Amino acid sequence: MEKVIAGKTVAVNEEGYLTDFKQWDKSIADELAAEAEISLSPRHWEVLNYLQTEFKNEVPLSIRKIGKSGVVDIKEFYQLFPKAPLKTATKIAGIPKPASCI
Amino acid sequence: MTENKGEIKKMMIILSKGTLENVYAAFVLANGARMEGIEAEMFFTFFGLESIHKKKLTHLHVATVGNPAMHIPTLLGGLPGVEALATTMMKKEMEKIDMPDVAEFLDILSASGVRMWACKLAMDMFHYKKEDLYEGVEDVITVGDFYKQSAGEGTHMLFI
Repeated sequence: MEKVIAGKTVAVNEEGYLTDFKQWDKSIADELAAEAEISLSPRHWEVLNYLQTEFKNEVPLSIRKIGKSGVVDIKEFYQLFPKAPLKTATKIAGIPKPASCI
Repeated sequence: MTENKGEIKKMMIILSKGTLENVYAAFVLANGARMEGIEAEMFFTFFGLESIHKKKLTHLHVATVGNPAMHIPTLLGGLPGVEALATTMMKKEMEKIDMPDVAEFLDILSASGVRMWACKLAMDMFHYKKEDLYEGVEDVITVGDFYKQSAGEGTHMLFI
């Protein structure tokens, strides 16, 4: 599927996750965040950068890993990205939805 | 039901068992709900209290007797040490798939906003006090209180 985000046509899956990280940029992140009713602060960006680094290193993401990341604890993660934080944050970061149950 | 299209808003999970496999099932379901943006509350009753009892929660075991899916003959499962061995093996496998131990899992649930309650009746029966319990447990409540907590559209209740 294709979707126009921040004036750019990008490939997304049926849940709206970008399927090609190379198409991601910060304006796309801002618009996806707005869809989730989140306004991105520097703190959000630290977390998003961390998620993208893990993705590039092919590390599977989970809530437990986030908690141990040293970047953000679980409580703050839920505050930054209320409602389904891992799903929301990965979508904004332009990376696939984690398949983790934990 | 028709108004919110059956969407799950809140999971009320009752844990009545203290065997590791049941405790993990309840914890994974509660955590999984929060990960999906669903509210989750847990009510610990009877042997489920073991999983929030500070001195006991690190000593939970899998059930090797009366559990045909373990494929250990009942007689063997009852021998000294078998349950401990099976538990050690299971814990190793769980660590491999990034599954936290019970204490860490409770911290994750608590940080994720899972509300935890202990059953008054079972607390009285086991002579446990609120101080014996994990700090994340909000209060000791009655079944009636728990039903009140459950009010609202899209609430589902699960008994483990």
